[in-house]
Amino acid sequence: MRFASKRQTVEAIDEDAGVSLLIVEPEDMWHANNLIAVGDVIHAPALRKVTMTTATGSTVGKSVRTNLSIKVKSTFFDPLASELKVSGTVVNENDWVSVGQHHTITLKYEKADIKFTIWKSAGWDSVALQTLKEALSEDRPEAIVAVVMHEGLANICLITDFRTIVKQRVESSIPKKRSSAKEASGGMAAFYEKTLSNLRSNVDFSQPRTLLLASPGFVAQDFRAYMQSEAARTGDKTLQRMAKEAVVVHSSTGHVHSLNEVLRSPEVKKTMHDTRFTTETNLMDQFYERLRKDDGKAWYGTKPVEKAVAEGAVGRGGGVLLVNNAFFRSMDVATRKKYVALVDKVKADGGEARLLSSDHESGKRLEALGGIAAILTYPMFDLDEDEDEEGDIEGAVAADNSAEGTTVL
Amino acid sequence: MKIDDAPLPKSRNLDVLSEFEKSKNKNNASFVVVGHVDAGKSTMMGRLLLDLKVVDQRTVDKLRREAEIIGKSSFALAWVLDQQSEERSRGVTIDIATNRFETDRTVFTILDAPGHKDFIPNMIAGASQADFAVLVIDASIGAFESGLKGQTREHSLLIRSMGVSRVIVAVNKLDTVSWSEERFNEIKDQVSGFLSATGFQQKNVSFVPVSGLHGDNLVRRSSDAAASWYTGPTLVEELDSSEPNARALEKPLRMTVSEVYRTMQSPVTVFGRIDAGSLQMGDALLVQPSGEKAYVKSIQVDDEPADWAVAGQNVVLHLSHIEPIHVRVGDIICDPAKPIPRADTFIMKALAFDFLMPMQVDVHRGRLHAAGRIEAISAVLDKVTGAVTKKKPKIVKPAMVARIVVKLEAQVPLEAGQRVVLRSGGQTVAAGLLE
Repeated sequence: MRFASKRQTVEAIDEDAGVSLLIVEPEDMWHANNLIAVGDVIHAPALRKVTMTTATGSTVGKSVRTNLSIKVKSTFFDPLASELKVSGTVVNENDWVSVGQHHTITLKYEKADIKFTIWKSAGWDSVALQTLKEALSEDRPEAIVAVVMHEGLANICLITDFRTIVKQRVESSIPKKRSSAKEASGGMAAFYEKTLSNLRSNVDFSQPRTLLLASPGFVAQDFRAYMQSEAARTGDKTLQRMAKEAVVVHSSTGHVHSLNEVLRSPEVKKTMHDTRFTTETNLMDQFYERLRKDDGKAWYGTKPVEKAVAEGAVGRGGGVLLVNNAFFRSMDVATRKKYVALVDKVKADGGEARLLSSDHESGKRLEALGGIAAILTYPMFDLDEDEDEEGDIEGAVAADNSAEGTTVL
Repeated sequence: MKIDDAPLPKSRNLDVLSEFEKSKNKNNASFVVVGHVDAGKSTMMGRLLLDLKVVDQRTVDKLRREAEIIGKSSFALAWVLDQQSEERSRGVTIDIATNRFETDRTVFTILDAPGHKDFIPNMIAGASQADFAVLVIDASIGAFESGLKGQTREHSLLIRSMGVSRVIVAVNKLDTVSWSEERFNEIKDQVSGFLSATGFQQKNVSFVPVSGLHGDNLVRRSSDAAASWYTGPTLVEELDSSEPNARALEKPLRMTVSEVYRTMQSPVTVFGRIDAGSLQMGDALLVQPSGEKAYVKSIQVDDEPADWAVAGQNVVLHLSHIEPIHVRVGDIICDPAKPIPRADTFIMKALAFDFLMPMQVDVHRGRLHAAGRIEAISAVLDKVTGAVTKKKPKIVKPAMVARIVVKLEAQVPLEAGQRVVLRSGGQTVAAGLLE
């Protein structure tokens, strides 16, 4: 994204005039989705269907291009198409619409730069500013292509700096050993063929780019060998280069969450150091490591983290607050203020506050923990004490079961 | 669209259970062969089949010649079971191989499991079908110690978690340490120690010193003078004296699909073990999770055509009136009148092997292998009484028992009482029962 005006800076935002931005690449829609919150006002080009009555009294429907200002009620982001649909009520009247009518604006990347203006209802707080800075950053590493696979399943993923997009999931059933060995290897070849054709139709390989192949056992290795033999057979130079440059990594399954393992592997660290997602993966690993030790320095969930931050335990010397950015997206103004205050407090204390992208695997791990977690500078205990009351209903169920004993094994 | 006007297969309306009572032929039992990678599991089973004359010497000689071509002549016996080309070229078992042999009392199904840690999902699939297990241990110096740290331990945990309670420990390659009784006893002490810690009862564990490559103490007694100190039963005698688990014949039909392939009889041929209930030719079946109906065109039990099959048997079903895309490996075939429910969330009572917290896990149930995550930890339970000791704990430590809620990415057939294994990052983190 870019500011529409060259004079505009992040430091000097005029809240009343709004911030005008240009959409310059598809990835911008993801940022726009994080930027636009419910209650904000958006001014953007829209396509409106209008009905007109002619002189004879017949009606004609037609679509007109017009600029509309709407107050946002809801947003919907389609990650595969990279489209953002913003719905709300019109706040500025023009020839085609009147105030209070509903409209849904579809924001997407087009050849000509699209300009939209945003007025934040809660003002430009520190979290919003950070999101804006990230959106404006031009230093973007190339998206990495990763194929995570096991026998009969392949997930083709695109890892950009801010999100992981599962482009295609390839599933095929492989006849098992019982039937003759010949049929089984035929099944694998068919699976590789399907995966390769999906990979090439989903990702543009005309420019060299990093390709990671990850699997347990020999599947990824065999897939690369398959690519090589196909390249030799067809004389396809692009495929030849792809096969040559592909990095084979070990993962324990072919499910998307195995990407965490892939990003941690030495092969990947060597080629891609210091990208945002490797840092995030590292942070989550650190957090889990602390949690395992149970040393009172790692806490998750809103209440314990709030308490820890209030005590100033997330501060200088290793304090890290991890918040999922999806958290800020769907929140009323009061709750948002509370969390922004949390982030500000940590920053003021000298700690690190990180907004993890919920569209990365590390963010998904954080989501499992309730979207918020913290690594403390000194141990604190019993932060979760008064949470017990909610568990009473389940306690009753547990009591019923207790008669059978715990013969788990 | 094509309307299928083939007539439904005719049912002979047999009372399968009374037929089964009448037939009363041999017992059926399955056992899984587990152990650390390169302990010699496949070679030992190959030798067993050769000595029992299930495969003939000519086949083995042929395999040996083929193996010599790629310079791996010692793998010839393993190739009896490892039939896929990639298994042969790499010299490891990748997937479960099934084979059959008979003794005077019982028809045995061998499930030869892969030992390599990457193929543990396949090993779990095998263990879920087994009545008992043969744990193969490499007795040679160094190999036993590394196995104990590696898959020997994890496999023992897994077979216990899958409900196998009887284990025969085959102390293999004892010929390489000149049949040292001392070595055998050392291994016996250590292994029985951790097996009882894992939850196996001493009376269900027995030890046999064997040589898988040469066949000593498998079918025939060792003729080596150095091994004369061992007077106990051979491996096959041990197997023969083990009683298979009781069969759930009266329960509604449940069959886990472990293979799907095309045959001349039907484009949708499935192989699997009947976990509960019975079926006969002409029966209507329901395949879950697709929810599609199918009919039994014909049945094969132990490679022979049959009219019916009951729980505990490994069967081949030729299905009709169903498209191949609706049947996948890991699906459950059940009675349409009493179908198994589908769900994407379940509560389980789990024994933790590692730290558990809300995290992403792989859920294994037999052949089924699905991605999911631990959504909540409701409570830590007392190991003996099952009473709640702590509600909503932050984490669960190893060896603790907890009630946890697991959410899957897709709907799968699930039922209370099923055994589930949770793995994360290539490690088994928990196992337990569905509630």
